[in-house]
Amino acid sequence: MILLPCPWCGPRAADEYAYLGELTPRPDPQRATRTEWRDYLYLRANLAGWTTERWYHRMGCRRYLTVQRHTVSNDVRSVAAAGSGGEP
Amino acid sequence: MTATGGFRLPAQPGELIDRSRLLPFTWNGQRHVGLAGDTITSALAADGVRVFSRSFKYHRPRGILTASYIDPGVTVQVDDEPNVRASHRRLAAGMTVTRQNAWPSLRYDVGTANQLVGRFLTAGFYYKTFIKPQRLWPAYESVLQRFASGGRLSGDSVHGYYDKRYAHPDVLVAGGGPAGMGAALAAAQAGARVMLVEEEHELGGSLRWGGVEELALLSELRAAVAAAGVEVLVDSVVAGRYDDNWVSVLQRGLPEVQERLVKARVKTLVVAAGLIERPFVFSGNDLPGVMLGTAVRRLVNLYAVRPGTRAVVLSANPEGDAAVADLRRAGVEVAAVVDARRGEDIHRALGKREVTGVELADGSRVDCDLLVTSIGWTTPTSLLNMAGDRPRFDAAAARFRPTDDLPASVLAAGGIVGDGTPEELVAHGRGVGAAAAGRAGFGGPSLADLPPPLTGRPHPGLFRGRTHGMVDFSEDVSSKDILSAAREGYDSAELVKRYTTATMGPSQGKLETVNTIAVLAEATGSTIAELGTTVWRPPYAPITLGALAGRIFQPVRYSPMQAWHEAHGAQPLVAGMWIRPDHYGDPAAEVRTVRERVGIIDVTPLGKLDLRGPDVPRLLNAVYVNKWSKLEVGSVRYGVMCAEDGVVMDDGVTGRLGPDRYLMSTTSSGAAAVWEHLEGWLQTERPEWQVHVTPLTTSYASINIAGPRSRELLARLTEGVDLSAEAFPYMRVRAGRIAGVDDCFMWRIGFTGELSYEIHVPASFGLHVWEALLDRGRDLGAAAFGVEAQRILRLEKGHLIVAQDTDGLTKAFDAGLDALVKLDKDDFIGRRELVWSHERGSAYTLVGLQPVDGSVVPPEACQIVRGANTIVGRITSSRMSPTLGRSVCLGYVLAELAGPGSLVTVQLPDGARIQATVMPHLAHIDPEGRRLRV
Ligand SMILES: [Zn+2]
Repeated sequence: MILLPCPWCGPRAADEYAYLGELTPRPDPQRATRTEWRDYLYLRANLAGWTTERWYHRMGCRRYLTVQRHTVSNDVRSVAAAGSGGEP
Repeated sequence: MTATGGFRLPAQPGELIDRSRLLPFTWNGQRHVGLAGDTITSALAADGVRVFSRSFKYHRPRGILTASYIDPGVTVQVDDEPNVRASHRRLAAGMTVTRQNAWPSLRYDVGTANQLVGRFLTAGFYYKTFIKPQRLWPAYESVLQRFASGGRLSGDSVHGYYDKRYAHPDVLVAGGGPAGMGAALAAAQAGARVMLVEEEHELGGSLRWGGVEELALLSELRAAVAAAGVEVLVDSVVAGRYDDNWVSVLQRGLPEVQERLVKARVKTLVVAAGLIERPFVFSGNDLPGVMLGTAVRRLVNLYAVRPGTRAVVLSANPEGDAAVADLRRAGVEVAAVVDARRGEDIHRALGKREVTGVELADGSRVDCDLLVTSIGWTTPTSLLNMAGDRPRFDAAAARFRPTDDLPASVLAAGGIVGDGTPEELVAHGRGVGAAAAGRAGFGGPSLADLPPPLTGRPHPGLFRGRTHGMVDFSEDVSSKDILSAAREGYDSAELVKRYTTATMGPSQGKLETVNTIAVLAEATGSTIAELGTTVWRPPYAPITLGALAGRIFQPVRYSPMQAWHEAHGAQPLVAGMWIRPDHYGDPAAEVRTVRERVGIIDVTPLGKLDLRGPDVPRLLNAVYVNKWSKLEVGSVRYGVMCAEDGVVMDDGVTGRLGPDRYLMSTTSSGAAAVWEHLEGWLQTERPEWQVHVTPLTTSYASINIAGPRSRELLARLTEGVDLSAEAFPYMRVRAGRIAGVDDCFMWRIGFTGELSYEIHVPASFGLHVWEALLDRGRDLGAAAFGVEAQRILRLEKGHLIVAQDTDGLTKAFDAGLDALVKLDKDDFIGRRELVWSHERGSAYTLVGLQPVDGSVVPPEACQIVRGANTIVGRITSSRMSPTLGRSVCLGYVLAELAGPGSLVTVQLPDGARIQATVMPHLAHIDPEGRRLRV
């Protein structure tokens, strides 16, 4: 089980967190086509490599985090509060 | 039987047995007496027992092969516990030990007939034999179960106490042999907290069955390990290594605890697993009396058991030579030593029930009752594999050896790396242990450097001899089976493993993997190095389900009124984490209390969220499908939340308590999810909004007071709030004092369809207010009602329950929430999908339904059907209505069938069909809502 460094709580086991998957920006709901909206809801790139993900520190500080993680090595490049930049 | 047994030797220098403590036990009903320190097999071997089981497929007799945990032929039943490893389990007084997998007896085994039809039980026999016809599967299963018996459990066995522990050692050493002890010692001396895990019952590894010098080194090391403060876990095994050195350790043999699963987060893991002696493949290699050199050395030196009377030894290494010396010392006549280093070989073992002789390579025969082979080693690289290493075959050393393709936090030490004298192994362990501590931050960075690796000494490559024999002793897979699998095209290690099941039995490849690959290499004209080894996955050793389950840490929640519920006969209902009163004996009477007088229900589990800040209205507009901008102070509103895909997620009412202060209620089951949903929106999508969300679910006890007399009852207890219909109308909220308790909230809402007030009081006063309501309402006929009565009441009223009357595909319009969804809002969560859902229209509509025969209650989840087998809807809620004296339902029907008065057909679970009428409203009583607006 990987250790994920929380900016508030320090390194914590992954089972303290909820993994919410790849970061998928919400399209403009007024303009999004069906395809764009359904891609947002359902389609994920599922990369073997560096991905930007959303994690939620459910058993800790209860902050939503933006995490850059390598899905093969599980290396973590950066962890930051969601909404604080660093998102695509 | 005598206590010492006919095969017990005089005292040995390293023996583990206590000759003063006799342990009586039974083996298949026969009385035996062993000694404290014996394993089950050593005690029986001391009495001359040689056959311990019948093999899995051919039911061949099997005896001691390794005399260690992985001994494949000595799995037995002990009392009520099946699958006990008898060469590992310590004997205890009074044990009832019985054979497994030998029906009806070890001596006369009907399964032996399988040997006669052996040619039908070749590679892939499961796939070929038990395929068709499918109707015979039950018969196949019972046959297979009888032949492959894995012991038995009685239904009333006691579920023992299984424990879990979390540990954070700086250095964890897997393996307590010379290298492991050296590593633990050096790491501890550098200041690291060290955990040393040994699979057997005591530290020492191969030093334990060595001579005087090895035993002296062992006692020196043991004393040093104890003095250094190393935490030693014996009879424990490192089962797996996962990401970031998350290491699972199974601890056995504890007092009062069945097993303990230790979950360790380790800074540096040192793998010092040593070597496992590998069997030789030749005809008769599985006969009782054919043993590995290390098995002989264990029996003689640890348990003072003479393993036979007349022996032939095939030796290719010093360990084999030492076995010869042990045998001679034990008084066993060594009839022949066949030295593989000189190119000598044996042909086959002779005998039916056990070994009676050996045919040598020149065709001559030697009578014996013991055939010992010491022909090479398997490297137990499991934990290194799990850390990413892919060991390479070293042909000169005739074994796999790890590469150094490992994370910096995982190191290997000792025999798993290369060969050495005991002193060299200890020295290597010490060097690696110091490096492990250095990498964990102890002793300075210079220590982080590894010592020079041990090298593999030349060793003859012996795998299969001149004849065919067993490769996998647990699964009964012979070298012939592997050759035929290869001929059928299963020519890679992973394929042949799955096809023949070689390496898939209880010893999980520890004995069989390398021989399997060697035979496959022979069959495919390849080499072991080219084929490579199969991947070792966790767990390294068997783990019971009890150990994995451990103690139950799931929290349970009770409301502050629980004591009253229990005292008044409440039937408990498990609702997520909460235990709630389902009813107090008669839910129908509870329904009538509410409809006719006044009832109170404990609704404490309702989710309650305090929302504060100037942007709360924007938040409410975002998460609810309806509009919230104009909610006035003192008002409450019902709202429905959808997910971004338009599917109904939760519902509840939210009230405005002050200009910037709101109280949101959620369903009981949705309390946690809604909180996270709000936080998710605020933290990720709208971080600039100023809203604080604080969960208050357990800070307040919540009571719903429902029924025509509810106003009268609440008024008797309330101070400072005018409860009159004019001053406190429907869908309003007030704050005040109830039964002397300040800071209570009252919402006038009506889930039950009656005049009702939901009150939230500080949790510590919940029981006081509850009892005050019942006390002061006695003359009004006030009584408590439970969850079941509430479900009936709301069904009579036609209120849906999210996740009961909706599912993971139900969008807001499908659930008939058209009037609530405001698509003219700019945006809200789920709006995009709901726009399209609205354009498309709903295939199904939620309707009220009444069976034509009002005495029939169709169970929830019954299908609504048309014609022979077309599904056109389903029942989502159904109950007998005490108010109407007939059954009432909610359900979905195709939109074209949803018109009032339409007759639909409901199929009951027994196949019978009934008619039901679609009602004009969801509500079966008071569709106009007069009762709750009084
Ligand atoms: Zn945190």
